[in-house]
Order: sequence, then C-alpha cells, then structure tokens
Amino acid sequence: MTRATEAFVRHQMLPQVPPPSSQAGIVKWLRENLFSSIGNSIMTIASFFALWWALDAVWPWLTNGVWTTSSLSQCREVLQGEVGACFSVLAERWNQLLFGFKYPAELYGRPTAAFLLLFIAAAPVLFYKTFPRYLLIVTAAYPFIAFWFIWGGSILVPIVAALGILGAMFVFKKYGNQNFATGLFGGIAAALVIWWLGGKIADAMPNFLALQEVASRDMGGFMLNMILGVVCVSLSLPFGILLALGRRSDMLIIKWICVLFIEFIRGVPLITLLFVANVVLAYFLPPGTSFDLILRVIIMITMFSSAYIAEVIRGGLAALPKGQYEAADSLGLDYAQAMRLIILPQALKISIPGIVNVAVGLFKDTTLVSVISMFDLVGMIRGPILGSTAWNGVYWELFGFAALLFFVVCYGISQYSQWLERQLRTDHR
Amino acid sequence: MSTLTDPSAESFRLSMLVNDTRYRSYTFQFIALLCIIALFSYLGVNLVQNLRQAGLNISFDFLGNPSGYDINQRPIEYNSQSAHFRAAMVGILNTLIVAFLACISATVIGVFAGVARLSPNWLLRKLMSFYVEAFRNVPVLIWILIIFSIMTAALPAPNAFRGENPTASMLWDAFAFTNRGVYAPKPIWLDGSWIVVATFLLSVVGAIAYRRYATKLLYATGRLLPMGWPTLAIIILPALIMYYLTGRPIDLEYPALKGFNFQGGVNMLGSLIALWFALAIYTGAFIAENVRAGIQAISKGQTEAAASLGLRPNRIMNLVILPQALRVIIPPLISQYLNITKNSSLAIAVGYMDITGTLGGITLNQTGRAIECVLLLMLFYLTISLAISAVMNLYNNAVKLKER
Amino acid sequence: MKKSVLLGAMTVAGLAAGAAAAGTLDDVKARGKLNCGVTTGLVGFAAPDANGNWDGFDVGVCRAVAAAVFGDPTAVEFVPTTGKTRFTALASGEIDMLARNTTWTFSRDTDLKFDFVGVNYYDGQGFMVPKALGVSSAKELNGATVCIQTGTTTELNLADFFRANNITYTPVPIETNAEALQQYLAGACDTYTTDASGLAASRATFEAPADHIVLPEIISKEPLGPLVRHGDNDWGDIVRWTLNALIAAEELGITSANVAELSAAPTSNPEINRLLGTEGELGKMIGLDGAWAKNAIAAVGNYGEVFEKNIGSNTAIGLARGLNAQWTDGGLLYTPPFR
Repeated sequence: MTRATEAFVRHQMLPQVPPPSSQAGIVKWLRENLFSSIGNSIMTIASFFALWWALDAVWPWLTNGVWTTSSLSQCREVLQGEVGACFSVLAERWNQLLFGFKYPAELYGRPTAAFLLLFIAAAPVLFYKTFPRYLLIVTAAYPFIAFWFIWGGSILVPIVAALGILGAMFVFKKYGNQNFATGLFGGIAAALVIWWLGGKIADAMPNFLALQEVASRDMGGFMLNMILGVVCVSLSLPFGILLALGRRSDMLIIKWICVLFIEFIRGVPLITLLFVANVVLAYFLPPGTSFDLILRVIIMITMFSSAYIAEVIRGGLAALPKGQYEAADSLGLDYAQAMRLIILPQALKISIPGIVNVAVGLFKDTTLVSVISMFDLVGMIRGPILGSTAWNGVYWELFGFAALLFFVVCYGISQYSQWLERQLRTDHR
Repeated sequence: MSTLTDPSAESFRLSMLVNDTRYRSYTFQFIALLCIIALFSYLGVNLVQNLRQAGLNISFDFLGNPSGYDINQRPIEYNSQSAHFRAAMVGILNTLIVAFLACISATVIGVFAGVARLSPNWLLRKLMSFYVEAFRNVPVLIWILIIFSIMTAALPAPNAFRGENPTASMLWDAFAFTNRGVYAPKPIWLDGSWIVVATFLLSVVGAIAYRRYATKLLYATGRLLPMGWPTLAIIILPALIMYYLTGRPIDLEYPALKGFNFQGGVNMLGSLIALWFALAIYTGAFIAENVRAGIQAISKGQTEAAASLGLRPNRIMNLVILPQALRVIIPPLISQYLNITKNSSLAIAVGYMDITGTLGGITLNQTGRAIECVLLLMLFYLTISLAISAVMNLYNNAVKLKER
Repeated sequence: MKKSVLLGAMTVAGLAAGAAAAGTLDDVKARGKLNCGVTTGLVGFAAPDANGNWDGFDVGVCRAVAAAVFGDPTAVEFVPTTGKTRFTALASGEIDMLARNTTWTFSRDTDLKFDFVGVNYYDGQGFMVPKALGVSSAKELNGATVCIQTGTTTELNLADFFRANNITYTPVPIETNAEALQQYLAGACDTYTTDASGLAASRATFEAPADHIVLPEIISKEPLGPLVRHGDNDWGDIVRWTLNALIAAEELGITSANVAELSAAPTSNPEINRLLGTEGELGKMIGLDGAWAKNAIAAVGNYGEVFEKNIGSNTAIGLARGLNAQWTDGGLLYTPPFR
C-alpha cells in the first residue's frame, strides 16, 4: 500500500462554468415543463399533434379568405376549388350582423356611441376603488342617455323618466327617515305624478330636441344581444336584491312567495319562458294591449336573471358573519337602515364575482331569442343571411364571427371578474 | 328584524300596524298577499276574457288525439297514429337520454380538463385553458349549431360508402360513421344467451366481492393484493368461457348499406350525437373550472403531508386530494347537471325530438294549444329539476364531512 | 311605440288602458301602419334584402292591402313569424293579417278560429332529390331519410303519404329552411320535402341546380292564402277583396302601367269602372275610399305582375303559372264578380 506523499490542494478558483445544458435555458424549461416524465412526454407529443392538425386545417382556410365578392358562388369561382373562407359575407353584411337589417344605416353612429358610453358609465362601478364616488352619477344617467341614443325621439321622455325617479328619491330621503312607509309610498306617488305630468308634456312637444325615432322592432343583430343583456342584467339587480332579502326574511308569506318564484324560474329552461313571452303572455294581458315582443322578452329575461342573481346575493348574505347582523341590531338600526348601511354593502361586495358570472351567462343566453323569430346575431345568421340566395351555404365564417364577438365580450368580462376576485381575496394562501 | 318586546300592556291601536315593528310585518305580509292575489286574479280575468273573445278554451283533450307526425328516435313504441300524449312521452324519454349521456361525458371531460389545467405539462395546461375559455365564453346555442354543422359537413354521407371505390369505409366492417348518425352492430340474443348474461352478472358480483376482500386484507394485514387485472379477469373470463361452452348463443347483426341507408344494427342519430357532444363539451368546460377550483381549495399542506408519507403523485391525487375536493365540487356539479337538462331544450336547433321538439314543437304547432303545451312543458322541466336536485342533495349529504 | 314602451312599462297603471276591442280597420287606421306577418325568410315569397326591405310574393299581398287602406304601399310593418309563432301572433292581435304560405285547412279555419280570405297560391307538397340518387318517383323512397321543416302541414302529409303507401322513412325535422337545405346538400338526408314552390325557390339558390330534380308526385293540396282573425268580418272583407282585386285586374287586363290611365275616366267595361271606382261605390261598402283597388294595383301590379316579378319563370325561382293561371287560361284563379 502506498500513500500519496503529497495532498492536492487547489489554490485558485476554477473559472465559472455555465450550468450543464440540461439544467439551463430552453432545454431545462422543456424538460421541466414538457418532458418531465414518460407520460408527460406522450401527452406533450399528443397535444402538439392535435395543435398542428388543427392549425393545418384552419390556417390555409384563413389565409386564402376572400373578402370582396358579392355572393358565395363568386367566392367559389375565385377560390377555384382551393380551401378558403368566404369572408365577403362579413364584408357585405357586417351592418346586419351588428345592427339588424332594419336599423337605419345613417343612424349607426348612435348605438355605437351608446356602446362606447357604456364603458365610461360602467367604469365607476367596475373600478370603484379607483374612481371617486360622485362619478356614479354618470352611471345613473347612462340608461336615460343610452335610451335616447338608441331609440331616438324627444329628449323629454328620458328626462321625465329620470325626473320621476329623482323626485321619488327626494321624497323618500325627506320622509323616509321619520317613517319608512310614508317615505316609500310618498316616493312612489311622487314618481307617478311626475311621470303622468311629464308624459303629457312630452306628448305635447314630441319634437323638442328630437332624434329620429327607431321602433324597438327594428333592433337586431349583436346590438339586440347587447341591449337585452345590459337592460335585463341592470333591471334584475334590484329585483334580485329584493328577492334575496325576501327569501331570508322572517315574514313567512313573503318568504314563501320569494322561494316559490326563485325555484320555479330556476327550474325551467329560459327557452320555455321565451315561449311564454312569445305565444302565451298575450293571453294574460288585457284584450287589445299589444306589448312589443322585445318588451315581453325583456320582462321574461329579467324575471329569469333576477332569480339567479337573488341566489347569488343570498349566498353573499349568508356568508356574512352573524355578528354583523347583531351589531346592526345593537346599534338600534331598524331593518331598512341595517340592510342599507351595514349588511348589503358588504354582502353585495362579496357577491360581485357571482353576479358577473350570472351576467355573462345571461348575455350568452340572449342568443336564445333567435328561436322565437327575433333577429339577434344568431337569428340574423340563421334567418335572412343564410336564407338569401347569395349566401346560402356560408356557415363557418358567420358562426365563427358570432362566436368571436361573444368570446371577446364574455372573455373581457370574465377576466375582470377574476381580477376582482383577486382584489377581494383577503386570505393569504 | 329586531323585535323589541315592550312589557307595557299598551292597548292595540290601528296606527301600530304601520308604526310598530311588532305588527308592521303583518301589515307587509298582508299587503304582499293582497298584491299577489290581485295580480293573479287580474291575469286570470284577462285570460278568461281573451279566451272568450277568441272563442277558445283550455282543454287537454288534444293529448288523446292522434298526433299524425312521425318521430325519428323512438325509445318506446310510437307511430303517427299514436296520441299526442305518447309523442310527449317519447319526447320526455329522448330528453332524458341526451341529458344522461351529456351529464356523464361532461363529467369525464370536465374532470380530465380540470386536472390537466393543473398539470406540470405546460403545453397541455395551455391547451386546456384555451379549451375552457373558448367554450365558456361562447353561447351554447352557437356551439350546438357549429358542432351540428361540423357533423354534417365533415362526416361522409351514406352514399360515400357505395360503389367500386368508395370514398369512405366502415371501421372493422362493423361501425359506420355517417352524417346521419353512427351505425354499430347489434347483439342478437339466441337461445341460451341468458346463461352467458347470468354468468356475466355473477362475475361482476364476484369482482366486487374480490375487491372488498382485498381492501379488508389490506387494512387487516397490510398485504396489498393486485387490484386491476384480477378484477378484469374475473369479469370477463367466466362469461367468455361460458359463451364458447354454450355454443356462441350471442350473435351480432352488422349494419349494411341497403337501399338509401345503412340497415340493421343499432343507429345513433346525428342530431343526438351533435347535441350530446355540444352539451358535453360546453358543460365540460364549466365542470373543469369547478374541479380546478375544488382541487385548489384543498390546502397545500394536504399534498405535502401526503408526500411526506411517501405516497406517489397519482396516489396523492386519488387518495387524498380528490376525495376532499369532491365535497367542494359536488354542489356546483349538481347545478351543471341541471343546466345540461335545461340546455337540452335547445335540441330544437338541431331537430332532435326531445320534449321541446314534440310537445313544445310539433304538437303545439299542429294543435295550436299554446297555453296547455307550454304549461305542461314547464311542469316537466320543473319536475326534472327538482328531482335531480333532490337526488343530488341526498348524495351531497352522504359525502358531507361528518363532524363529531 | 317607444314612448309607451318606457312610460308604459313604468306606469303600470297604463296597462289597464288597453284600447277597447274596436274593429281591426279602425286600429290599423289609428296606427297608420298595417302589421303583416310574413316568414322569417323564403326567397321569392318574403325575404328582406341587404338593405332590410322586404320583397316577395306574399309581401306583395301585404303591400296591396296597405295601399288599399292608406294609399301607401310602404305603410306596412313586416313581422317575421315562424311556424310556431304565426298563429299566436295573429290571435293575440300582434299582427293584423298573416301572409305566410299558410295552408288553408279545416282545423285552422275552425278550431284555431281564423278566417282564410282566399288563396294566393295553389301549391302542393313535393320531393326534391339529387339526380345521382336515381329515384324517379316518390314511391321508390322506401327507407329514405327525409328532411322536413317543422311546424308546417308537411309533416302530417308526409306521415300520411308514407303510411298510405306502406313504406317507411326516417324524418329529420329542421327548424329553418336554410338549415334543412344544409342537411340535404351534405347528404344527411336523401330527399327534402316541402311545398313545390318552396322546393323550386330553394333549388334556385343551389350551386348546381341542375343536379337536383323535383319528383313528379305532389302528395297534398296546399292552398296557401292570407288569413285574418275570426270574427272581424269587415276587416276580412278588405283583405279578401284586395286579393280578389289583384286577381280580377289580371283577368280584366289592368296593369300597374295602365291603371292610372284606366281610372282617369270611365271606360267601356263596366266591371273595370266598378273596380277602379269610376262607377258605383264599391270602396265605400268596405269602408275604404273609391280608389282602393286602383291604389293596390298601382302599388304592386296585378296578380300576374306580382307573380312574374317574384317567382315567375324569368326569376331565379322560375315557377310556371300552372294551377295559378287565370281560369280563362286553364288555371284555378276565379274571382267572384265585382258588382
């Protein structure tokens, strides 16, 4: 056995070596994220093939797209049997897809403006931490402005409507503190009086600052989906809150009315409610009254969504700690004050993500009106456009366009909802 | 509502109905009740008045009259001479069929996609979130129409199977995928086939017994018996042996192209497949989100604790995470099943004859009995919804965390 | 409408203010517009063009009635209806008349309480098949898959036809004409059945119309005509006689080109004079002014002109007059005299 006579001692540092290629850069990322195990590698390869196969089918179709012809047969001539989309239908009928086929073309700017204003009006609510509270006035004024823009007519009509609500609020503020009932009924009476008087004035001066009128029957296309979605969601919020409070109330009769209503609406598909709006509701109205179909549909969809929103808000109310209710009671607040000042602000805040989900679902469900012969986006596609001589047979382009429109809107809203959920999250996981 | 109990024996005054919190709630309830009664009687009076004016009446007699139309998918005996009521029954069964199929496949798709969204594989994760976002954010009606168009356009017509050089061919000479539907072989039960079936059922019972025994053994002694292949063997082998012993009493009837269509075998209609797929894939995206949320709701400590016990990742998922996550997942899953049932009413868009297509569609059109048909339709969906939520609530209570 | 939409919705009290059931004519006149129910889109019969203007054979009837009532063929609100919604729309008063290739049947006339005021197109249900299928008669369709549009009488006729001939079929019910055609063209059904006029109209939109044939069998009688609510006979008379005026105008040789000239002064033909209001007071008898028929004919032309313009042999649809010729030419159009 021999011993090393001299121990090896290194005196200078080795130069730094880059990490082995398997532990750095793309390779490391690939190994960790795509090929970490055999099963994973198989899945990666399978996913890759699926992706490649889909792209291979869609890419030439997209890039070969024809935009300028005036009928499907001309598209086929241009394409000469090659794979390619016939986007000309979008180029020619974009206005019908967006606004329906009866909205006057020279007025397209008005609904567009209303649509853009929607963002300004919604911002103070959606980003309530960023914007000061007084900007909520803009939000409150928006429905009346949008109504005037889209439907046209004298500006007096929305102004009278707004004044009625303002008057009601004023009366309620003044008397509601002393006596809830007086305030409530006084407010309602004030609103009715203002509407009645204002209605007379508005009828007398139909041309005061009037925009060209458009009948609600002429609404169509994606605009109709937007109108139905926005109107029904905003109308269903107050009803939803009332229903939720009613369902949690101690008053048995009111509780059961709310429970029956909510469970009934949630138990039937929206399409049957639309059938009711379309073929049954007329029998339940006084003889001779004819409501617009769009109004009947708004009533039904609002009922539908308020039941769902009520359930979301009920969840929010149930999630509040019992101490909050007891604290409100111990301060000597009555029911209305406790709800308005303590309970609802907190409950609504935690139910916002749920409400947004309901709103997205409802907005998507507005396409069902195409089944009852209303020409919303899907109705336009299935009815007049696919039924026309020029475009009979263009399915992918049209349905793809519709899907894209809905995707953009709904994805935007759901991203907001997720952002909000992160904002509201208080636990640290 | 706070009720201050005032001990003073104050006599009751009428104004207390409005101002005293003890009595105000009665006033409110009374007013609400009056309003509801007024509303309903108002609607009722209008209805009677309208019907009288139009010379119509409400009557369900039409349900007994011959329907006069044919239905393409008949789970029960039906022809155009059957009554409208029977057509409605066919529709109900068809609704249940598509809802059942879609619920099962949506759950499978949803659980897979939900787990895959949390997978370490980047590509798979991204693909799955693309799937979930794409399907969640586009209306189901558009998806149904798109998938129906894909079915119609992408699959070959039966004609393509014809001729010397057919452009399409059957899978193993047994399955034909056409744009009219899928045709598959149908078993024909000959004499003695019951022995095979009985053997099969018995071996299923045997397999369950074996698994119970294995679990018991594991808990008692810690010995781990193999589970997978013995179960499979117990289920399949005896029936297979019996099948050959009794002289192959079960035959298959293969679909064959005769006349205009494939004849023979079992046929699943294209409209059913389109609706089924659309509902399953659409709802699967929602279930995936529920599953993901459920898994993420389980605190990370559970995974770490399981890992420190030496469990492998898939066992951690199966034995620790999923059973706990299930409690979070079940309630939203119930509402997704309800949604599938309700969304199946969109069958009308693809011509699948569910209850909305028969009772709420053709029967309503042909008889003009709008009120009666819509009423029955709502009643049916209401019953189904309540039944599903009742059953699922029972299950939910069964798996609920039992706190002692 | 919109004012009453908003205010009417908010003041619930306004609900009770429903107009008492006056005559439909008074309602229409008060409204200033005729609400006319049409299809959601069938080329040649009623379909909106790229600018949203409705055009077609049935639309012509609506415009003629509007012209007769108001003297203005554009005073029409076209209300698209589906097979499901059309009857309720009419029964509930949402529309004043329905001109939507609706077959005149016993039960619709009696049980559903409508009045068919006449026939503007004599049709029959036929079958269209691809030429390549090699079928020459509907009786050879045993085992075929048949596309049908739901909500029409065609479903019942189809069931009757196959049962009577003791052959089987698989129905594929489809909601809209466009989707039924998609199925048919992709080969998901062997044959498409609907009214023969509809088949011709649809075939005209095909890429290769010559590859498809309409089978010779017509399996049903489909007298299509405008209809109104039961019970308001005055209004029914107006629609009925407007339609008759168009038909009579063709018989009498009145066209949109010469109607102004013929109505300027009494002609030698007393029936023309009575029709155009230069003799007698027919208009007053139905509550309209004397120029009602003149306005209707001037607006849309006589029956033959409406036919040729929308569905005639020179259009893409290319229907021959057939049964819809005047009785003098061997057809079925025969109006009662204007006297």
